[in-house]
Amino acid sequence: MATELNDQDEVRPTNRIGLSVMDYRGARTTLCAGCGHNAISERIVEAFYEMGIQPEHVAKLSGIGCSSKSPAYFMSRAHSFNAVHGRMPAIATGAAVANHKMLYLGVSGDGDTASIGMGQFAHLMRRNLSMIYIIEDNGVYGLTKGQFSATADFGSKLKTGVVNELPAVDTCALAIELGATFVARGFSGDKKQLQALLKAAIAHNGTVLLDVISPCVTFNDHEGSTKSYKFIRDHEEPLHDINFVPAFEEIDVEYEAGSGVGITLHDGSKMRLTKLEEDFNPTDRIRALTRLAEARENNEVLTGLFYLNPGQPSFTDMLNLVDQPIGTLPAEIVRPSKSVFEGIMKDFQ
Amino acid sequence: MASTDVALDQGTDSRQDRGPVVNNFSIQVATVNGSGSQSANSVLVRTIFQMGVPVSSKNLFPSNIAGLPTWFTIRVSKDGYVARKRDSDVLIAMNAETAAADVLALKPGSVVLFDEPLKLNALREDLIFYSAPFDKLVGPVSSDAKLKKLLRNMVYVGAAAHLLALDYAEVEEAIRKQFRGKVRATEVNLAASRAGYEYAAANHSVSRFQVQRMSENANKIIIDGNEAGALGALFAGVTVVPWYPITPSSSLVESLTDYLKEYRVDSNGKATFAVVQAEDELAAIGMVLGASWAGARAMTATSGPGISLMGEFTGLGYYAEIPAVIWDVQRVGPSTGLPTRTAQGDLLSTAFLSHGDTKHPMLLPASVLECFEFGGAAFDIAERLQTPVFVLSDLDIGMNHWVSDPFPYPDAPLDRGKVLSKEDLDRLGGFARYKDVDGDGIGYRTLPGTEHPDAAWFARGSGHNEKAQYSERPEDYVNNLDRLNRKWETARGIVPAPIAERSTPGAKVGIIAYGSSHWAVVESADELQQEQGIAVDYLRVRAYPFSAAVNEFIAAHERVYVIDQNRDAQMLQLIKMDIAAENVVRLRSICHYSGLPLEAHFVTDSVVSQEQK
Repeated sequence: MATELNDQDEVRPTNRIGLSVMDYRGARTTLCAGCGHNAISERIVEAFYEMGIQPEHVAKLSGIGCSSKSPAYFMSRAHSFNAVHGRMPAIATGAAVANHKMLYLGVSGDGDTASIGMGQFAHLMRRNLSMIYIIEDNGVYGLTKGQFSATADFGSKLKTGVVNELPAVDTCALAIELGATFVARGFSGDKKQLQALLKAAIAHNGTVLLDVISPCVTFNDHEGSTKSYKFIRDHEEPLHDINFVPAFEEIDVEYEAGSGVGITLHDGSKMRLTKLEEDFNPTDRIRALTRLAEARENNEVLTGLFYLNPGQPSFTDMLNLVDQPIGTLPAEIVRPSKSVFEGIMKDFQ
Repeated sequence: MASTDVALDQGTDSRQDRGPVVNNFSIQVATVNGSGSQSANSVLVRTIFQMGVPVSSKNLFPSNIAGLPTWFTIRVSKDGYVARKRDSDVLIAMNAETAAADVLALKPGSVVLFDEPLKLNALREDLIFYSAPFDKLVGPVSSDAKLKKLLRNMVYVGAAAHLLALDYAEVEEAIRKQFRGKVRATEVNLAASRAGYEYAAANHSVSRFQVQRMSENANKIIIDGNEAGALGALFAGVTVVPWYPITPSSSLVESLTDYLKEYRVDSNGKATFAVVQAEDELAAIGMVLGASWAGARAMTATSGPGISLMGEFTGLGYYAEIPAVIWDVQRVGPSTGLPTRTAQGDLLSTAFLSHGDTKHPMLLPASVLECFEFGGAAFDIAERLQTPVFVLSDLDIGMNHWVSDPFPYPDAPLDRGKVLSKEDLDRLGGFARYKDVDGDGIGYRTLPGTEHPDAAWFARGSGHNEKAQYSERPEDYVNNLDRLNRKWETARGIVPAPIAERSTPGAKVGIIAYGSSHWAVVESADELQQEQGIAVDYLRVRAYPFSAAVNEFIAAHERVYVIDQNRDAQMLQLIKMDIAAENVVRLRSICHYSGLPLEAHFVTDSVVSQEQK
């Protein structure tokens, strides 16, 4: 237990709400050693710890698949819901409507999202529900032993020699098209970028679609695969370096004029995107879609923050709800009075 | 049954000699779908209602926006029978396409009001025909061609009012109520009706089918089952309503939405509710489960196709033990099917919806009053049992208007079930989500957001131990299933108990029915007793799982007829699985599955023919 360790180790550092990183840990992973998903779980633990988010205020959600097992492996103190295949968005939507004060973190996979879950994924993006939706994207079905998923690239090869002859679904382009307001792609092997993206995601109000290329060491890490560690390392094209400064850190960082793009997030946190493609402005929706299309043409694995619209109201904002979570309002509020009832009965007479 | 204080006809004999028939006949209005006859028919029903006479109506309509034939039947019954009646006594023939067939289907001595140019009186000599030139009469009322088409309907209301001896002041009152708040609409409809009335009064005598004032409707209301169900949910504090439109359930959520917008917005204009139109029923049920998991009273309404799509999530709800309220306003068949026809065909598929070992409580309302009561009780039951609960209504109850006693205000406190707060957790020092602490099979749950480091639990499918941790241990799996069975036994005592609707000392024959079949069975039981000398007892089942009373009723009768509105005797099959083996041989089946509401003669004839075997 975290508290016992704290008793033994007085110097264990704590975050701004007095919790140690142990308070953000989960059960031991049962995924393969070297699986990209484990690295993502680690980044989630760090990001939530460093952002000082109370674990009880977080709800973890998932569908079915290797990726969807991973919520068990971080933040045991957060409530969790393992839904059915491809239908985590519906659970998230219902929960977020009932309690819009929680922070919702969904973990899905490429099969769970881009095949069986395509319908719910599309409508989640349209609603701009305030949640972080991570796709742990490896291009194959792991638990059923290595069939192609719909994000597998055209021409990618399975271990068995089978070549994918269908075009890949680009979940990021799709999310931008459909209305998500924070769309990024990361790589499980790029620790710094992924951590910055996760922290920025926590600061955002609206749907965050974070597609993380997360190689499958067992079924898709071989020569001929376009989702292997080697292929991604050879072909990754980061758009920019991301520097994230949370709102609670009152640091004013001085940047040189013209050195990249500065963005203020919903909660006041700041992001600085520097170097590399300096002309890329992620608030330009059309440009983001064009850039993703170019990357596809050039066989680049483009990563970074593609699109951000911090001003768009979230789904629960649009429902114009009272401040208190509606799911737990008392009977006096949710049951109209007897006089209201009698008035209605009179109308039917 | 209702008593009466007026002079009455002497039943079928008087029909043959064409004498007057008072307060005991049925009217069929044949129109074209989309021609706006709904308001006119409502005015006719309301007028008879206001005259204190028991009245019921059925809208037999096609799946179509406009153009196909539709029939509206109104039954006037001094005895208070409200089931569909096989034969019509009065035909209002407004649809040129079906008029000839409609006329040919009538029994001798029936009355026909028809549009003069149709010349229907040439078809038969054994009917009594009354004509009116509808186009001519509507001419002076409005010059707008579109409006004229609608107003023709109100002309037949006026003409029928004269022929049926309706109190014309009540017709006008009913029109005012129908178009409440719309001054211009009220005026033109009053004028159209008056034109019909005056024409009929000047050219025709009163017909042999007549309405005379009674006093059976004091304080009563007219409402359809869907709106009643919506009110039940409203006064049970429903808060999250995800749904996907489907006939015949859409009006339930639409009226609920209107009420929520009116009564669940606070003084700052902020909503204390959320209605979400989902992308499909798979999402609708998922959103219900998500919202209920987070503590809200959440419900959805659908029909058979939606129930099928909800299967997998319902099974997860059963095993994760999340409350949910799901209305199934039943209709006929998959795909296009007959979406505007009634049935009770979803009983078995709903009882065991999903895969693996799953079973679900079902509430079976027979009336608008029970739609209201069960619409509220379903939340208490779902939260008490922590499981999805289905309310199985049907198109007949849901979309037809029924006369009812006013509903009682539900002042019992909401039963939110076993939910632990932060303070509870401080006191208990933690909890095991699926541990049967109280011996009733129901564990304690916490809601996301509870500010306690031990509050969280992992909602997942069937593979878990008492602490909600993933487990594949055989003992854990068996323990969990056995506990869920204990919960099922608890459910028997919580769901609405069956009602002994009719008890005759010494009766050897029993009838078991449920839902909308009730009204035909009540009438049939009288017919069997009075016309056939067969004494029957009648037990109305109101929920699944059954209480012990069902087995006892069957054991107490030599033969028990189970009435289903489906082909495969679904209620009978459910009962078979539940009762003592030696009682199964007592069961007999009566199944009605034409898509039309059940009528009494069908039940009577079926019982009589099987009793003769």
